[in-house]
Amino acid sequence: MENITSAIRIIPLEHYLFLCLALFSIGVIGVLFRRNTIVILMCIEMMLNSVNLLLTAFSAYRSDSSGQVFVFFIMVVAAAEVAVGLSILVMMKRNVDSIDINLLNKLKD
Amino acid sequence: MAFLFYLLSGIALLSALMVVLSKSPINSVIYLIVCFLAIAGHYILLNAQFLAVVHIIVYTGAIMVVFLFVIMLLNLNKTNEPHKSVLTKFMAVISGGMLFLVLIAAAKGVNEMIVANEFDANIGLVANLGKVLYTDYMIPFEASSVLFLSAMIGAVMLGKKDKK
Repeated sequence: MENITSAIRIIPLEHYLFLCLALFSIGVIGVLFRRNTIVILMCIEMMLNSVNLLLTAFSAYRSDSSGQVFVFFIMVVAAAEVAVGLSILVMMKRNVDSIDINLLNKLKD
Repeated sequence: MAFLFYLLSGIALLSALMVVLSKSPINSVIYLIVCFLAIAGHYILLNAQFLAVVHIIVYTGAIMVVFLFVIMLLNLNKTNEPHKSVLTKFMAVISGGMLFLVLIAAAKGVNEMIVANEFDANIGLVANLGKVLYTDYMIPFEASSVLFLSAMIGAVMLGKKDKK
């Protein structure tokens, strides 16, 4: 146990910050980059996870447990979002027989 | 210990890049599972055992299985996805990189902001987090059950076939 907690003291907080910002930016690039709706959903999951990791890092470095509780709530919201998003995707595939995101541009009219 | 941190970070970043770059969706799911396992390793390094276990169960156990199931159900594993033009991809990478730079510039010097509490190694354990969750965050915890119920009803309503 002592061995594990010593990682917090060795590694500066900025390194966790850089890792999480890089993961978040990769998620943003993925949303802009792909046209496949299911990959876009996966990139959104990745962005949520980078925020989760950053919240946990801040919480561990400050010894404040509220951040980890909020990570738990973000996981709850992500699970609900995936259920609704994937059923929307199934409905889209059934109606227009494609999961190309550009076919949804009728939504803006 | 530092070596472990950099190893896990490298695995997470590489697999995250492969999620974006790989052609077929099923490879994206596999790489995303690898990325999530690396993030679970980070949670263990940060001494947040509860979150590590919940992350493995919820994300790699439930959400990714649902993604895989939908991909296999809809037979999406074809590589005939029409790709965006090269200019759009270039602009996506440029704007993502600029967002990264702006975020780093905004978050510089974050170490001075932190007023450290007294170091406590037990905050990430199940006993402590459960106590906090059931005393301070009781109302949000109950509200999340309503959220789950509405998400379930919404998924069932969306998945129902039209009777015409």
